Amino acid sequence: MYVYDEHDEKLLQERVAQFTDQMQRFIDGKLSETDFLPLRLQNGLYRQRYAPMYRIAVPYGMMTSVRLRKLAHVARKYDKGVAHVTTRQNFQLNWPIFEEVPKIFAELAEVGMHSIQTSGNVVRNTTTDEYAGVLAEEVTDPRPYAEIIRQWSTFHPEFSFLPRKFKICINADPDVDRAALTVNDIGINIRRNEKGEIGYRIYVGGGLGRTPIVGVVINEFVPEEDLLTYISAILRVYNQFGRRDNKFKARIKILVKALKIERFKELVELEWERIRDTEDKLTKEEINRIKRHFTEPDYLDLEDGPIELQNARLDNPDFARWLDKNVREHKRSGYAIVTMPLKETGLTPGDITSEQLEALADIAEEYSFGETRNTHQQNMVLADVEQRKLFELWQKLKPLGLAIPNLDLLTDVICCSGGDYCALANAKSIPVAEAIQARFDDLDYLHDLGPIDFNISGCMNACGHHHIANIGILGVDKKGEEFYQIALGGKQGFDAQIAKILGPSVSRDEVTDVVAKILDFYVDKRIEGESFIDAYYRIGHDAFKGAVYA
Amino acid sequence: MPKLIKDGQLVQDDAWQVIDDEQDIQDYSIISLPRWQENKEALLTHAQAGKLGVWIDSHENVDLIGDDSSSFTLIAVNFPVFTDGRGYSTARLLRERYTYQGEIRAIGDVLVDQLHNLQRVGFDSYLMREDQELEDVLRFFKPFSNPYQADVRETKPLFRRRDKAVS
Repeated sequence: MYVYDEHDEKLLQERVAQFTDQMQRFIDGKLSETDFLPLRLQNGLYRQRYAPMYRIAVPYGMMTSVRLRKLAHVARKYDKGVAHVTTRQNFQLNWPIFEEVPKIFAELAEVGMHSIQTSGNVVRNTTTDEYAGVLAEEVTDPRPYAEIIRQWSTFHPEFSFLPRKFKICINADPDVDRAALTVNDIGINIRRNEKGEIGYRIYVGGGLGRTPIVGVVINEFVPEEDLLTYISAILRVYNQFGRRDNKFKARIKILVKALKIERFKELVELEWERIRDTEDKLTKEEINRIKRHFTEPDYLDLEDGPIELQNARLDNPDFARWLDKNVREHKRSGYAIVTMPLKETGLTPGDITSEQLEALADIAEEYSFGETRNTHQQNMVLADVEQRKLFELWQKLKPLGLAIPNLDLLTDVICCSGGDYCALANAKSIPVAEAIQARFDDLDYLHDLGPIDFNISGCMNACGHHHIANIGILGVDKKGEEFYQIALGGKQGFDAQIAKILGPSVSRDEVTDVVAKILDFYVDKRIEGESFIDAYYRIGHDAFKGAVYA
Repeated sequence: MPKLIKDGQLVQDDAWQVIDDEQDIQDYSIISLPRWQENKEALLTHAQAGKLGVWIDSHENVDLIGDDSSSFTLIAVNFPVFTDGRGYSTARLLRERYTYQGEIRAIGDVLVDQLHNLQRVGFDSYLMREDQELEDVLRFFKPFSNPYQADVRETKPLFRRRDKAVS
């Protein structure tokens, strides 16, 4: 975990002072709403449908127990005691008082937290694989590189008023993309070349929103030291040539598509050649300095599959189910990675209360070196748990509602805040998630269905990632009434696919029935061991359409 | 009275004037880029004498002025709205790609909260929007004592001077 030195610390304190001053000038009438808008957005402060919203940055999703406690405290003191995990691995507070937000920022800064660039037309929080650093398959830990990008992008003098928001993500798993590389503005896949040197395959121009586009590779191998010069070249081309006349056509994906990737690459690489050997070229010393912050914790020498674990599994089927679903292999023998879906039926997907946060802070200290992670699926992770203590951990997580064994299942829904909070939404999304969770609450059935990505967005801005869901729901407005469009066949990962609309939109009451028909059809037609998405691609879109709308 | 800040000071007696394409050119006129391009040969001596400026709009790419920049002692960059960030790249590229040494002036929708980034990318004078309060304006130039990135003023990023950087 990166620890701030005096320079990082000072920059953060200076940001608090700057934002506090801007808010005071706004309150005093010296800064108009229009002039204040981008300034507050760059500090994570929105105005929503009923209340402001404050988005707190969690760089590459990493939290510590100290930070969890601080978050619990500010959520209780300034909000309703609930924080919400977002699809960019951040936290949101949904009911703060507008004028008090600089005070929240100041309190967060005491523990190195902040809300810098969690909104606005700037480079946003760099996201990564939620299992970064604990996967055996990984080429290297991507988090130091995410931290290098964080520092480079923070208060960038040239790129603080881009045409539109800009999202970068990075991973280092050659086979599985848990960071959504191809639906970010820039996706970076760390890899090794034939000589064994570290470098980056860079994807550009992906994105969801109203024009979903899967990103393309702009360069197969950018050498390790050229990370910042290469992405600076991309940003510089985008800043100059990205459209600014229409907000909906301002993302880099539209520019890449308009120019075509060949021409876009030419412009970027011409610029890159000019700046490649400037002072922005990374040094081995700097890469190593950052890497030293992400060294392994003091793992014990332990065996895989200890007897305590085997016995507990045999004695307790509920525990066994949780193990199978929410616990995965760790690179280190005797350890495991535990994911905690924040998807309890009746609660907003991604929500976590101050009490849960505080309990989790203690648990993380006892079982996982005092660290947790946020996932882009709106869940949380304990990444370094001793296998022999899994049963004990499970018993502690269960009463907290943090051991629901539904990871990657139908009810592990990604959901935007929707019409309950968001001013942009055409329809509510949270009640749809709840209705699905209530209707499909039989764990045996859910486990039998197997993994299904089910995502809901309340409008075409697609914050709920409905385009890349196996079953995606989009809220639409029809003459003032809420309707829902259902699409099938979306996928995340290296082979990302955009979901295809199934048919006419339906009312909220009908959504669960349609989903039930889709699932029945799948169960009926699947062959042994075939997942929903594989069955969909085998059987075909039209067959599903016929089954639902017949 | 136009509100001009230059070299960290409020300036009252600055002669430079942005003029419309219909107006006659005088000493210290700042003309549009198309007008310069159309009348380059006739205007070259005037520019080289340091008595003619040119202004670049946000949609006009810096390469359009390119090496011509060396003929000028003043180039203005227009911000039609302060959220249009193209001017930051324009100024930086004038300095770094074309090694332009003269004055770069921000004009248009220029607000105190932008001054810090503007000076970092190479601006050195600022014609502020009419309504901006300039009392105590200098504090807006340096909200951050030691930013992470290299820029036109500080050519080394923080990672190349962390040990030495005095905070």
